[in-house]
Amino acid sequence: MLKRPFHWRECLHQAWFIVSVSALPTALVAIPFGAVLALQAGNLIRQFGAQSFTGATAVLGIVREASPVVTALMVAGAAGSAICADLGARKIREEIDALEVLGVDPLQRLVVPRVVACAVVAPFLNGLVTTVGLIASYLFNVVAQGGSPGAYLQSFNSLAEVGDLWVSEVKALVFGATAGLIAAFKGLTAAGGPKGVGDAVNQAVVFSAMALFAENFLISAVTT
Amino acid sequence: MGVEVVVEGLTKSFGRQVIWEDVTLTLPAGGISVLLGPSGTGKSVFLKTLVGLLRPDRGHIWIDGHDLANCGENKLYELRRLFGVLFQDGALFGSMNIYDNIAFPLREHTKKNESQIRQIVMEKIELVGLNGAEGKLPGEISGGMRKRAGLARALVLDPEIILFDEPDSGLDPVRTAYLNQLIVDLNAEIEATFLIVTHDINTARTVPDDIGLLFRRELVMFGPREMMLSSGEPVVRQFLNARRHGPIGMSEEKDVSELEAEAQQGHDPGALPPIPPQLMPTAGRLRRSQQAPGTWLAANGVVPPPGSFVDERGRDWLREYPRLLGSVR
Ligand SMILES: Nc1ncnc2c1ncn2[C@@H]1O[C@H](COP(=O)(O)OP(=O)(O)O)[C@@H](O)[C@H]1O
Ligand SMILES: [Mg+2]
Repeated sequence: MLKRPFHWRECLHQAWFIVSVSALPTALVAIPFGAVLALQAGNLIRQFGAQSFTGATAVLGIVREASPVVTALMVAGAAGSAICADLGARKIREEIDALEVLGVDPLQRLVVPRVVACAVVAPFLNGLVTTVGLIASYLFNVVAQGGSPGAYLQSFNSLAEVGDLWVSEVKALVFGATAGLIAAFKGLTAAGGPKGVGDAVNQAVVFSAMALFAENFLISAVTT
Repeated sequence: MGVEVVVEGLTKSFGRQVIWEDVTLTLPAGGISVLLGPSGTGKSVFLKTLVGLLRPDRGHIWIDGHDLANCGENKLYELRRLFGVLFQDGALFGSMNIYDNIAFPLREHTKKNESQIRQIVMEKIELVGLNGAEGKLPGEISGGMRKRAGLARALVLDPEIILFDEPDSGLDPVRTAYLNQLIVDLNAEIEATFLIVTHDINTARTVPDDIGLLFRRELVMFGPREMMLSSGEPVVRQFLNARRHGPIGMSEEKDVSELEAEAQQGHDPGALPPIPPQLMPTAGRLRRSQQAPGTWLAANGVVPPPGSFVDERGRDWLREYPRLLGSVR
């Protein structure tokens, strides 16, 4: 797939574009996510009298599960929809056909750089979500619920492993590539005028979300 | 210049929907052919099949001894170099300005430096009359200008075969006349093989050397303009002469241009309307594939309807051809 000339500029351009459309919403979503997790888990755990484990739940919940999924949904929803709409519009304006007639392979020129960009950007976003989510969960636990900072950090440290972060990043990479592939495929097969593009975008987002949850389940099952 | 394209028994369907079946025709080298058909009869599909964007179910497309319909991917890319395609709305790349659009094929496929590219691009921009618009984005110019820019882009690699997808759709009659004239002049100049698909009867009647008629999933007839315009075959007649009464019912696409043509030609269902003179290149040039008016008719002993070959200025191109040629020269 990467053997013929790889279009670096297009890829960088796309990566920057993806970051610009999805970084802020991703970070904003991460805050309530971390907070809710702290709130719910915190309550439950208090009933068991095991408050010192709140930090541990945050590790499991945010780093391993929530963060990649939030990232993936954002990549699918913000970046995937934009990629699908862009390629779909080019398809129905016959730009893709024109490219092919001019001897340029649209897969090489348009699809590969976008999929690579999605795959590369997703782990970065994932790091962002993890960081913001953990900070939010910590603040909520400590400030809003009066938990002790020491206990949080201790239980966090006792459960946190670098391995978790790796799994999380690998998930994000796979999700990013999947969302990019589905968006590009749906865009390039759009047909039937502007309405067809709308349908393609809609399907791309729904399909990606479903594929991502399935992949998340598989990877979690394999790595635990 | 210009290569012959021989299409044999070409059939295309999508799933169970047959688009057209068993299409056989020859596009003569350097000639202008028109394929006429109502909207939705698969004209665009035909063009896309000719350049190998779509694979036919059956049949052959012979170009230079190679079968484009059944060759490998590498050969296909090679054969495509012979083609220039003007897509329906120009198909310009929306993110590039007109200059970069036209320069694109040169930057992709040649090792020319920017000043050589500039020279070629400006020459084509001049040719299609887009001076001053080179810095604009496709979204900022009119549909007619987009088509002309698309034509300029299709020309930069000096194609041997040029396909036009409805060059006259979405344009007012003045712009259509301008573009048709441009096409005829272009053919005189570069002598490539031209195929125009259109649903505009006026274009079909005046521009080409040969006319084909695509209707109800088949190529009804294909042949010299004079043969088609004097044909008594009901479908051909109704179509090329835009009769309201005939085998083609109202359910079929009848658009504004057809109705206009209908109105212009009166409503006598009995007599054939006069055959209009063919559109001539400007400045008294002649196209290499062009034949003198009445050549086919004379060779086949067919008498054209009265008033044929008389233009809007009252000049009779059949009788006064040599003199008229001399006068425009
Ligand atoms: N890629 C495709 N897949 C399925 N059906 C198609 C495709 N392209 C065109 N068609 C169908 O083929 C028919 C002819 O389309 P088209 O060639 O665009 O007509 P025309 O250009 O003569 O107006 C239409 O019914 C259209 O729905
Ligand atoms: Mg069409």
